[in-house]
Amino acid sequence: MKVFSMAMLDIQNVSKTYEDNLIVNNISLTINAGEFFTLLGPSGCGKTTLLRMIAGFVTPDSGKILLDGKDITHLAPEKRPLHTIFQSYALFPHMTVYDNIAFPLKMAKWEKVKLNEQVLELLEDVRLTKYMSRYPHELSGGQRQRVAIARSLVDRPKLLLLDEPLSALDARLREHMHVELVKLQEETETTFIYVTHDQGEALALSNRIAVLNHGKIEQLDKPQMVYTRPDTHFVADFLGKCNLLRAEILGIDYEGKYLKLRVADSLEFDLFDLDVDTPNMYFVGQIGWYFIRPEKISAKKTDIDDEDLFSARVFVKGYYYYGGETLYEFLLENGTKIQAMLSNTKTEQSKFYTEESLVYVAFDPQAGNFLIK
Amino acid sequence: MQTHKSSKLITISGILVYLFLYIPLIVVVLFSFNSSRISVSWVGFSFKWYNILFHDKTIINAALNSLAIAFISSIMSVIMGTMAGIALHRYKIKLLSSLILIPVAAPELLIGIALLLFFVLINFTLGYISIILAHIAFCISFVAIAVKSRMHGMDDSILYAARDLGAGPVRAFLLILIPTILPGIISGGLMAFTLSVDDFIITFFTAGPDATTLPLVIYAMLKMGITPEINAISTIIIIFTLILTTIAAKISPHLFK
Repeated sequence: MKVFSMAMLDIQNVSKTYEDNLIVNNISLTINAGEFFTLLGPSGCGKTTLLRMIAGFVTPDSGKILLDGKDITHLAPEKRPLHTIFQSYALFPHMTVYDNIAFPLKMAKWEKVKLNEQVLELLEDVRLTKYMSRYPHELSGGQRQRVAIARSLVDRPKLLLLDEPLSALDARLREHMHVELVKLQEETETTFIYVTHDQGEALALSNRIAVLNHGKIEQLDKPQMVYTRPDTHFVADFLGKCNLLRAEILGIDYEGKYLKLRVADSLEFDLFDLDVDTPNMYFVGQIGWYFIRPEKISAKKTDIDDEDLFSARVFVKGYYYYGGETLYEFLLENGTKIQAMLSNTKTEQSKFYTEESLVYVAFDPQAGNFLIK
Repeated sequence: MQTHKSSKLITISGILVYLFLYIPLIVVVLFSFNSSRISVSWVGFSFKWYNILFHDKTIINAALNSLAIAFISSIMSVIMGTMAGIALHRYKIKLLSSLILIPVAAPELLIGIALLLFFVLINFTLGYISIILAHIAFCISFVAIAVKSRMHGMDDSILYAARDLGAGPVRAFLLILIPTILPGIISGGLMAFTLSVDDFIITFFTAGPDATTLPLVIYAMLKMGITPEINAISTIIIIFTLILTTIAAKISPHLFK
């Protein structure tokens, strides 16, 4: 695991209001040099506005943006040592691939021979040398994307902002571009700030993810942490399929650092590794949710005898076959729904259990956590 | 069967519409080569009316005036119309967008009278300058509409990209915006030019006693009856207009995507 410690971009208490709507609500965050940082959230969460403030197209109402310690809050976009890759690629339609890529260098008044060398090198990097005299409308979506990337990296910016750059591509090409982007980011040692509403993309690409909702950061952490240990109901739900079961605190043990929970009015178990740094966070009788991902739950036809696992008898309500795995919907005896994602590891396997049969589910309670908001 | 029949019907009605549009023009063109003085009967093929035409000082002068007026007014209306088109796209004010359409939709007679009243009111001497001003006034709309629709088809993010990649506002305007909307500017300008060259009504009201343009001269000649000379001028104007509108149509939608 790489460690990024050099702060590059420092966003301090930035807010933006449009027509009485608080789009970005007092956001502060620090992005380190060399990091692949993702702003993840649904449309209207403020992620694009925040990106546009970093690029210089939108001026914050309050707060500061520092790049390498220098205040760039009010600097014109053309004076910032960073580039943006737009959702529509924004290639110049009247210029060839070559001229598009050469544009930033011409603006910076590069000397002709050096400019030519640099453009040819970038064309090579994105494997578009053959296409350099074509116009953007003569290229496929994936090729346009690569032109946009080459054009943004040609003058070696410190920071690259990517505004949902893959959303116009089909699923297969998108996956291919994931690999390319990560490779490119590591090779060029450029800091990437990536905006997306696709949680899979965010998890696969990022060093860190900031999950945004209603103009605020709900959680900022490594991908595996936001996925497996979400702080809030919103983050849990946004990052993928999950079970969010109503839960009540029956008891708190600060010494043993555990919570005693009653989940879905029927299941009782203990949750360890309680965060006791904020002791007033929990109280007995508090209602929240017990969160657990479907793939953490296993199922068997007979009761499972394992003391680390918690098991319960369930009714098979239905299933959805996804190819690699099958999602089952089970009902607890009191009717609460529990989803389990089971891997189809065996040949030609599409389902484990028939509908309306009784089976047992089992899970390690520690694989989930208790959420209060 | 049904679709086959109806598609045939569409083809036939299409042909009829085109015949209706073009038969009168074809007649004019044919009779311009008629050697007879009397227009209605065909005697033989001849270039003699063209020959007379090219030696007629009044007509040549009027034609040169028309071209000069069209040249100046289309350049001026291209500059102002382009700015208007860009502004209308950027600020999206509905009222202004519909106001720009009025000179296109309103009867020319009304615009002619209004301009005449306006020039009289401000004590402006009628002549070539007033014709040019009048032509600019109604041509701006055509350019603005062409530019605005071109802007509408443009991806606005290319302007952000230009700034983002190091171009200041001026370079982004000159190197990215203008080339992208150039087809709209050119087709608007060609439209303005053709409209100005053959405008009669507005010119008639704003010309004053001494200024002449080709349409005004033709109108004066018509008082003596339709001569083969008029057929010859008309043929030249038809060909000229055809060339310009073909260029405009070619450039406008498909030059670059």
